[in-house]
Amino acid sequence: MAGITNEFLLERLQQQFGEKIKAAEETFGIVSVVIEPDSILDIVKWLNTDNILKFKFLTDICGSHYPDLTGQELCAVYHVQSMENNVRLRLKAFMPVSKPEIPSLTSLYSSANWMERETYDFYGINFIGHPNLKRILNVEEMDYFPLRKEFPLEDATRTDKEDQYFGR
Amino acid sequence: MGLNSLMAVPHVDYKNTHREMTTDIKKTDVNLVEAPDGHLGEGFFATSIEKVIGLARANSLWPLPFATSCCGIEFMATMGSNYDLARFGSERMSFSPRQADVLLVAGTIAKKLGPVLKQVYLQMAEPRWVIAIGACASSGGIFDTYSVLQGIDKVIPVDVYVPGCPPRPEQIIDGIMKVQELAKNEPLRRRNSPQYQALLTSYGIQ
Repeated sequence: MAGITNEFLLERLQQQFGEKIKAAEETFGIVSVVIEPDSILDIVKWLNTDNILKFKFLTDICGSHYPDLTGQELCAVYHVQSMENNVRLRLKAFMPVSKPEIPSLTSLYSSANWMERETYDFYGINFIGHPNLKRILNVEEMDYFPLRKEFPLEDATRTDKEDQYFGR
Repeated sequence: MGLNSLMAVPHVDYKNTHREMTTDIKKTDVNLVEAPDGHLGEGFFATSIEKVIGLARANSLWPLPFATSCCGIEFMATMGSNYDLARFGSERMSFSPRQADVLLVAGTIAKKLGPVLKQVYLQMAEPRWVIAIGACASSGGIFDTYSVLQGIDKVIPVDVYVPGCPPRPEQIIDGIMKVQELAKNEPLRRRNSPQYQALLTSYGIQ
């Protein structure tokens, strides 16, 4: 299989979207690009329909929390793969924790339904246009987003641990 | 199962009826359950009904395994021929809560599973006992985290805690034997007592 190089992929992306590709780097052999949340649907749709790149597969959507990056604390990370070209691409969209909103990909990929619900469940990122955005793995009564860094990982109802031995 | 098969009834004369079997029976090292204290006479045996019922309950506890992880594997070994829980009258797994006597919670219970566990407990008929097998069921174990119930005693009352991560089959058998002791010595009125009702009420169970 011929495949396409990371350099070619990045060049073609920048040719198509120009300023919308805000930053790019290569980690672990995969190109990462930073984009605006508003442009995610356009870019993923174009990647899917482009005749050369053919990114037909949405591998994963996940979240990340950077409390120190003021104004762009929350990050939605998308992984897409082109099976035909044997190449992957990572898309990152940063948004403020005060207004964590990004368009949903469910109109394009049905598999995004679960992934977006899960990301909402753990990080509280609102995927605008998702048909059923509610908790999927955690208990429904949970009133916080557990993987945001301001919440303790340990459970408050634990009774058999001496705080002094466990650094609490 | 008749009471005679549970109790070692003395003065049974096998010689007349089963001549060939007599020697086999005398050689066997099978231990029968000790008869409770009482008055034995010619053709009768008198004891309290509480002791007889306790004896019957303790020696035919039907377990309901609620196994979610590695402790469940240890429980399977406990049921297997090496350890053989059947020796204690618990060979009959009751996968329906309605007929079960003792709920064996073996493994990590996530908070989302908590209501399911409680539902299973509610479906069990009285008298019912609960064993928390392993660190996770007893206290949450190493999973001190937002998604895991920190011990099943947060949602249902527990009679016996078996420590270990996971506990060895011997420990699980010891836990069952502790429940046998509880069942043997439990007053018949206990489940109707205000203290027991208060215990259930503290868990939101009527």
